[in-house]
Amino acid sequence: MAQAKTQTIDSATNKSQTPEPAVLNGAELLIRTLKDIKVDTIFGYPGGAVLPIYDALFDEHDINHVLIRHEQAGAHAADGYARATGKAGVVLVTSGPGGTNTVTGIATAAMDSIPLVVFTGQVPTELIGNDAFQEADIVGITRPITKHNYLVKDVNNLEQVVREAFHVATSGRPGPVLVDLPKDMLNTECRYSGLKKISIPSYKPTEEGHATQISKAAQLLSEAKKPLIYAGGGAVLGEAWEELTAMAERLNIPVTTTLMGLGGFPESKPQSVGMLGMHGTYYANMAMTECDVLLAVGARFDDRVTGRLDGFSPHSKKIHIDIDPSNIGKNVPVDIPIVGDVKKVLPSIDRQATKPDTEKWWDTINTWKREHPLKVPDSETTIKPQLMIERISHYTNGEAIVVTDVGQHQMWAAQHYTFNYPRSFLSSGGLGTMGYGFPAAMGAAFGCPDRTVVCITGDGGFQMTAYELATAVEYEVPLKIAIMNNECLGMVRQWQELFFNKRYSHSILKKGNPDFVKLAESYGAVGLRATNPKEMDEVLEQAMAINDGPVVMDFKVEEHENCYPMVPSGAALNEMVEGDE
Amino acid sequence: MKQTNNVTKEKTVEKHTLSVLVSYNLNALSRIIGIFSGKGFEIDSISFGSGKKSDLARITITTHGDVQIIEQITKQLNKIIDVVKVNDLTYDSFVDRELALIKVTATRSSRSEIMQIAQVFRAKVIDISPEKLTIEVTGNRDKVNAFIGMLYPFGVDEVARTGSVALKREFDGNV
Ligand SMILES: Cc1ncc(C[n+]2csc(CCOP(=O)(O)OP(=O)(O)O)c2C)c(N)n1
Ligand SMILES: [Mg+2]
Repeated sequence: MAQAKTQTIDSATNKSQTPEPAVLNGAELLIRTLKDIKVDTIFGYPGGAVLPIYDALFDEHDINHVLIRHEQAGAHAADGYARATGKAGVVLVTSGPGGTNTVTGIATAAMDSIPLVVFTGQVPTELIGNDAFQEADIVGITRPITKHNYLVKDVNNLEQVVREAFHVATSGRPGPVLVDLPKDMLNTECRYSGLKKISIPSYKPTEEGHATQISKAAQLLSEAKKPLIYAGGGAVLGEAWEELTAMAERLNIPVTTTLMGLGGFPESKPQSVGMLGMHGTYYANMAMTECDVLLAVGARFDDRVTGRLDGFSPHSKKIHIDIDPSNIGKNVPVDIPIVGDVKKVLPSIDRQATKPDTEKWWDTINTWKREHPLKVPDSETTIKPQLMIERISHYTNGEAIVVTDVGQHQMWAAQHYTFNYPRSFLSSGGLGTMGYGFPAAMGAAFGCPDRTVVCITGDGGFQMTAYELATAVEYEVPLKIAIMNNECLGMVRQWQELFFNKRYSHSILKKGNPDFVKLAESYGAVGLRATNPKEMDEVLEQAMAINDGPVVMDFKVEEHENCYPMVPSGAALNEMVEGDE
Repeated sequence: MKQTNNVTKEKTVEKHTLSVLVSYNLNALSRIIGIFSGKGFEIDSISFGSGKKSDLARITITTHGDVQIIEQITKQLNKIIDVVKVNDLTYDSFVDRELALIKVTATRSSRSEIMQIAQVFRAKVIDISPEKLTIEVTGNRDKVNAFIGMLYPFGVDEVARTGSVALKREFDGNV
């Protein structure tokens, strides 16, 4: 089960036992402060500008530094760690290319509101602006993809900035924060102060919802005939799953989640109508179209969710709870906006609302569910992708942390794995970053050593960060990597089949794909292959028993399978295409 | 097509004057401008200078857009960690001023006519040479535009404008 932990900034009670050395340098101060904030894992890669920090790490036992093999993967690993644990993921890289390599990872985290703190080395202060060796304006480069960033020129500000960085990353709407550290500053002598209180006068996220708005929302829900709760990533990030479940069960209101909201409401509960959106269930998309009161919980009305805007939930009054005011009314006008923390606002609505009469509404929904279920096509000879997900769900009792890459396999995983626990489906939703899955899964495994972590990835996307097998082998990470090998960029192929007259331009990988089993073996990992359903079961059984390192499973699946239902871009949610059969 | 309630917002474009209080650092200023360039908002003018306390800057931005866009601009600015306060002055009564320096061609025959026009606008001649006059004018944007417009026929060489600065009016006009 997921453990919800929140980082404590206030460390007044946790003074370390060892006496403080009177004088440290900036690098040592950084590590000392990170320990105080209870950072236990850093994903990093050394280089000239951060050598002082690596020297301070050499004798450090409280912080586990994981040497990743590429900084992009480092940022994804920290992101996976953050999504799985709820704590900020920490990255440490050198100046110039070290920093620029993290950019995709930072942007991925920013789009999905994931707390990261990224430390980058920088050239000495007096060389900044001179095009010095390995200089890059990383503060400038990452400005639009960070919640906030800092250049620390004066070592006397370092401790304060580090504490602020964690506070900003993890509070309000979380997000990545970058701290740029010039090398001379890291070598400068300073003192550790152990200051405790963080207060940024210009930064005070609103957490309590407005009382009148809450009453209005409760009344609207009580009077609804066809209510629907639409829960997004905010329900998971805001750790509101218990409040959400309690309310939906008591009021007997159907709940649909977004891709990012999966696990925020247990899919085994009768109130669940699964995921909505471009590859959502028929019944979720129909419920969205037909409902009369919509309660959006930490969701942002993304275009992959709404379909064509003028056809989106056209009959509903809309209530929107979000910690970020700029999410409200951005894409879709809202009748009752509530700025606040979903974990605090939901119970107050629940307390005031009475159970609406939803009997007829449930009849309609249950008919949709019965007549349009998600389909797992039958085949004895080839592995159908949907079956692959279903078997993984079976072999992990639906209790694994499932981490996906981007493409068809991602959508099938979202559809066919039964998610009952929060922080258990990790996926790049906003940016859709191929190459995310494997390193993020590794990060999740470092964060949650007691849980089974399965990476479901594509033959295309896996190759974008497959080099991290080295890290997984070195640290004996017990990861199950399941490659849905359709020998193509499946999602691209699907769009080309449906919308570009089957002109498969540069989307077939057959010829260049490596032998994934041999690839795994060359790193010292276990590689297994299955080409039919029977072999798949054997491989999964074998893989589940391996706990001292990564297993790569190459599942050769049906190549031409398309992912349905699908709302073509430009269509309304109820204009889904349901598939070939 | 089905009638829906999603497209109810007014789409009329309005001018807005935003006054932003922010901690005085260039990263913050870049973030503010970045919001506009990155998200496709417009800046008609922007001015930047220190406010009451030296560690805070007051930025005055004039922009335009429909209600929803202006709302997004305000919210996005508020999201910047270093931004202390965003005031959309458009909803209050406020005073705004812009200063412009205009270098205009002035021959012996046109010089006095130009100076007469300047007088009407309460503008000041601040530099003079046999062929040119440099004139300083302050006022709201419309007045400055009108003045420059009046000088065009004489030959405007160069213009430097500060962009609007603005503050909320204290007395709200009710008696
Ligand atoms: C970095 C990056 N480049 C390109 C894309 C566009 N893209 C989306 S899905 C996809 C195909 C993914 O292929 P594969 O990893 O084999 O997964 P499949 O769809 O076959 O399951 C591509 C190229 C992307 N999302 N990310
Ligand atoms: Mg593929």
